[in-house]
Amino acid sequence: MAQEPHVVVVGGGSTGAGVARDLAMRGLGVTLVEQGNLTHGTTGRMHGLLHSGGRYAVSDQASARECIIENRVLREIATHCVDETGGLFVKRPEDSEQYFQEKLAGCEACDIPTKVLSGAEARQLEPHLADDVEKAIWVPDAAIDPFRLVVANAASAQEHGARIETHSTVTDVVVEDGAVVGVEVEHATGAGKRVHGTEGGTEVIRADHVVNAAGAWAGRLGEMAGVDVEVRPSKGVMTVMNTRQVDTVVNRCRPKGDADIVVPHETTCILGTTDEEVADPEDYPEQQWEVDMVIDELAELIPMLDDARTVRSFWGVRPLYEPPDVDSDDPTDITRDYFLLAHDDRDDLPGMTTIVGGKLTTYRMMAEEITDHVCERLGVTADCRTADVALPGSADNTALDDYMTEFGLRSPVAQRSVDRLGSRAGSVLDTDDPNPTICACEAVTRAEIQDAIEQSGTDLNAVRIRTRATMGNCQGGFCAHRLANELHTAGYDDATVRASWDELLAERWRGQRHALWGDQLSQAMLSYALHATTQNRGHDPADADTEIDFTAFDAGPLAADGGPEGAHGN
Amino acid sequence: MAIESEVLVIGGGLAGITSALAAADAGADTRLVSYKQSTLRNASGLVDVLGYTPSGDGPVVDPFDAIPSLPDAHPYRTVGVDTVRDAMAFFDAHAPRYQGHHTDANALVPTHGGTVKPTARYPASAAAGLASDDRDTLLVGFETLPDFNADHAAAHLESAGVPFDVRGVTVPFPGDLRAGAKVTRYAGLLDANPQVSVDGTERPLRLALATRVADAAADADRVGFPAVLGDDDPAGVRDALADHLGAAVFEVPMGPPSLPGLRLSDHLFGALEAAGVRIETGNPVVDADTTAGGVETVYVEKNGARIPNSADEYVLATGGLVGKGIDSDRDAVYEPIFDCRIAHSDDRYAWFDDDAFGDHAFAQFGVRTDDTLRPRDDDGAAAHANLRAAGAVLGGYNFAAEHSGSGVSIATGYAAGTAAAEAIHDE
Repeated sequence: MAQEPHVVVVGGGSTGAGVARDLAMRGLGVTLVEQGNLTHGTTGRMHGLLHSGGRYAVSDQASARECIIENRVLREIATHCVDETGGLFVKRPEDSEQYFQEKLAGCEACDIPTKVLSGAEARQLEPHLADDVEKAIWVPDAAIDPFRLVVANAASAQEHGARIETHSTVTDVVVEDGAVVGVEVEHATGAGKRVHGTEGGTEVIRADHVVNAAGAWAGRLGEMAGVDVEVRPSKGVMTVMNTRQVDTVVNRCRPKGDADIVVPHETTCILGTTDEEVADPEDYPEQQWEVDMVIDELAELIPMLDDARTVRSFWGVRPLYEPPDVDSDDPTDITRDYFLLAHDDRDDLPGMTTIVGGKLTTYRMMAEEITDHVCERLGVTADCRTADVALPGSADNTALDDYMTEFGLRSPVAQRSVDRLGSRAGSVLDTDDPNPTICACEAVTRAEIQDAIEQSGTDLNAVRIRTRATMGNCQGGFCAHRLANELHTAGYDDATVRASWDELLAERWRGQRHALWGDQLSQAMLSYALHATTQNRGHDPADADTEIDFTAFDAGPLAADGGPEGAHGN
Repeated sequence: MAIESEVLVIGGGLAGITSALAAADAGADTRLVSYKQSTLRNASGLVDVLGYTPSGDGPVVDPFDAIPSLPDAHPYRTVGVDTVRDAMAFFDAHAPRYQGHHTDANALVPTHGGTVKPTARYPASAAAGLASDDRDTLLVGFETLPDFNADHAAAHLESAGVPFDVRGVTVPFPGDLRAGAKVTRYAGLLDANPQVSVDGTERPLRLALATRVADAAADADRVGFPAVLGDDDPAGVRDALADHLGAAVFEVPMGPPSLPGLRLSDHLFGALEAAGVRIETGNPVVDADTTAGGVETVYVEKNGARIPNSADEYVLATGGLVGKGIDSDRDAVYEPIFDCRIAHSDDRYAWFDDDAFGDHAFAQFGVRTDDTLRPRDDDGAAAHANLRAAGAVLGGYNFAAEHSGSGVSIATGYAAGTAAAEAIHDE
C-alpha cells in the first residue's frame, strides 16, 4: 500500500479518543471528528469513578474482571488523571448480610483485593459515615478525571500523527458501491460557533474504515449509513457538593439501585445517580426529584449531606445497548457490557464498525478490541501498546517533585497545577511573564489557561474541562470575565470572545439551577449581581439591537459647566 | 440588662447606614449592629437609581421620570418618587466625593468588562471616564491584575458604539508586585508613593507609572486605570498621574473587592460616627422577642452568649440573599430573625429562570411591606408596629436586572430611618 490506511473515528469521548490513540500508535492514519468539544457527550457527564470492579462483583463478574485489570493499567498510564482514593462498600443495618457476603466472595473470585472493616474502622477512615453503619468492604476504587483522560488520549493520538477535529458534525456517511468510504462533516464557523482546527464549510473525509464511537448518538450515525443501531439512552443525575465530605469512594452495599455512590472528585464530591430511559439524548427532563433523591438517600450513609451545600447537578446519558432479542423493560436491567457491531458481517455493509455500551474504566480495552478488529479488516499487523506507554502528562512521574522545586512551587496553587498537568507541568508553567491566578476556587493560573486555549481554540467550555476553571464554589461568578480576558489576550476578536463568554455563563447556569437553595442560592445571587450589574452582561450594549444615544446621558459635571476642550456638551 | 437605644438598625450595608444616619439626623438615639463585611465591597461603588425598567427597556435616561410607572409592589412606589429625590439629596450631602447630582439624567460608566453601565451617581474618581464624554481615551491595565484587560475592554467599548476613540495597553505595575497582590496593595503603594526601581532608575511610583504609559497616552485626552488608584488619598493619586501625563485620569470600576465600594463604606461609617450613632460590628442578630405590641428585644450573638438589645423602633436592613437577610433551604425561603413572611412558590424549580440573565423569581425574594415599610404578616397587616424594613431585604424588585440596588437601599433606608425617628417624637 502506497500510503497507510486511513480511519475516521466519529466521537470524541473516551472510546473514540482511545481508539484514535491506539490506531495512530499502530501506524494508521486517523481523523477523529467530534460534534462538540472533547468529552461533549457521556464521558464529560459521569461521576468519575475508576471502578475496581466491586460494583459488578455479584451481578456481572466478566465486567468486574475487566474493571480490575484496567484499573491497574490506568493507574500506570494515566497517573495524572487518577486520584487513588480507595473505595468502600458500606452496609447499613437494614442492608442484607447475605449480599454483603456475596459481594465479598465475588470480589475474591474476580481477583479484586478487599479488606473487611468494622463500623468503627470505617468511621476512622471516613469520619462522616453514619453512626449505625455496621461494616464495610474496602476495594481499590479510585477517582478519575474523564476530561483530562480524554484530552491526554487525543494529545497522544495527535503526537502519533492523528488529526483531531472538534466542533465538526458528521452530516452524512458516504456509501459507494455498497461500502462505507468516508463521512461528510460540517465544520463550525462564525462568531456564535467555537472553532478549532478546520474552520467552516463542508468536508468529505474519505476513509478506508469508519469507526462509529458516537455513544448515545451512534444510532443517528447508523441511520446515515442505512443500518440499525438500537442505542437505548438512559439518563442519570450527578449532584456536585461544594467540598469533599469523604476522601474515599463510598458505595452502598446492596443490589443495584439508585442513589448509591459518592465519589470524591478534585475539590468536590459527586453524588449519583438515577437510571431512566429517555427518548432523545439531547432533550430530556432534568428533574428535581432526582436531585432530592440522591441527597436524601445518600444522607443515610453520610448524614451531613442532608444540609450540605451543593454547587450544581448535571445529567449524563448512558448509551446502553442490548442485542435486539433481549428486550429489557427496565434500563437498570440492560447490561453495562460493550458490543462491537461489525457492519460487514451484521448488515452486509463493509467499511464501518460501531462500538456501543461499555464504561469509562474499560475504555482502553474496548479501544484495543476495536482497533484489533479494524487492523484485521485492513490487513494491518501491529501490536497494541496503549497499556504500556504512559499518556502525555503521566510520563516520567519522578519529575513531578522536581517541577515543584524548579518553579518554587510550594504553594497550594502550584500544587494543584502540577497535579493537573502531571509531566507537562514543566513546559506549561515555564513562563517569564507574571502568572496570576485566574480561577481562585480551583487554583488555575494564567499559564495553564493560555495552554488550554492553545489546545482548544475559542471554546471556553473546552478550556474549563482542561483546567477546572469555573468548576468550584463560585461556578465562574468571580472568574468568567477573566477567562474572557485571557481569550482576548490569545488573539481572538471581541465578538468571538463575547459569544464564548456567553456560552460559558449559560453552561455554568444550566447546572447551578439544580442547586439553588441555601448558600449556593446566595452565591448564585452574588454572581448574577456581579454579571448583571457591575459587568452589565444582561444588557450588554454591544449585543443590543439598537444603538445607545450617548448624547442623552450625563457627560459629567465639567461638561455641564462648559467642560474641558473636546468634551461632549462643549 | 438589655443594651438600649431609641432606634436600633440591624445591618451595616447602604440601607442600614442610611437608616441610621437619617434617624440620628432626626434626633433619635441610634444604634447600628452589623454582622459581616458590608456588601458594598462586592458592588462597583456606583450608586444607581434605575438603569432598566422591569420589562428590560433601557438604558433609562431619567430614572426619576420612570419611577411612577413601576409596578405597585416596587419599593420605589412604596416610598414615592419625591422621597427618592429627598433620599438622594440626603446621600449627596453625606457623600461629597460623589457626582452626578447636577442632572436627573443617568450617566453611562465604562466598567471593567468593557460594557457601559447606567448609574445616577458616581465617585469623583470615575467622573472623567463617562461614556457620553467624547474625549479620546486610553485604558491601562496591569499584567498582574487579570480582572481588567485594557485592550479587551477597549475593543468591547468600541463594540458598544461609544462616541470616542479608545485603545488599551497593558503594562507591568512598576516595582515588584507579586502576581496575586490584592487591589488594596496596589492602592496602598500608590498612596505611599515609594521610590521604585524601573530599568535601573529610582523614581517615585506615581511618576514611574506615568512614565511607563506616557508613550501610549500621547494622543489620549484621558487615561483610565483599574480602580486601584489610592485608598486614603485617591484624589492625590489621580492628580499626580494627570499632571505627569497631561491628561485627565479616571478609574474604571471593578468587581469585588471593590475599592470604590470600600471607600464609600469607610466614608459613611465615618459619617455615622460623626452623627453619634453607636456601632457594633462583627456579631449577628440571631433572634427576637415580639409581642402584640411589637418587637421587644433582639438578641446579638457574641462569643456564644446572647446579648439582649432593646429599642423603641427597629429597622431591618440585613440584606437580601447575598447578605443573608433572606435565607432558604430545599423547601422554603425565610427571613431568619423575625420570620417575616417571604412570598415564594412551593415549587423550588419555579424560583429561577432557565436563562442565566432571565427573569429570576429568586431575585425578587424579600419581605413585602405596607406603605410605611412595615413588613406585612400573612393577613396583609403590619406584622410589628415598630419594625420597618429597608434595602435588599425587601422584595418586589430585581436590583440586578434593573440596576436599582443602591437607590432602593438609600430611598427605603432614608424613609425607614426618618419614620422611626418620627415615631419616637410622636410618642
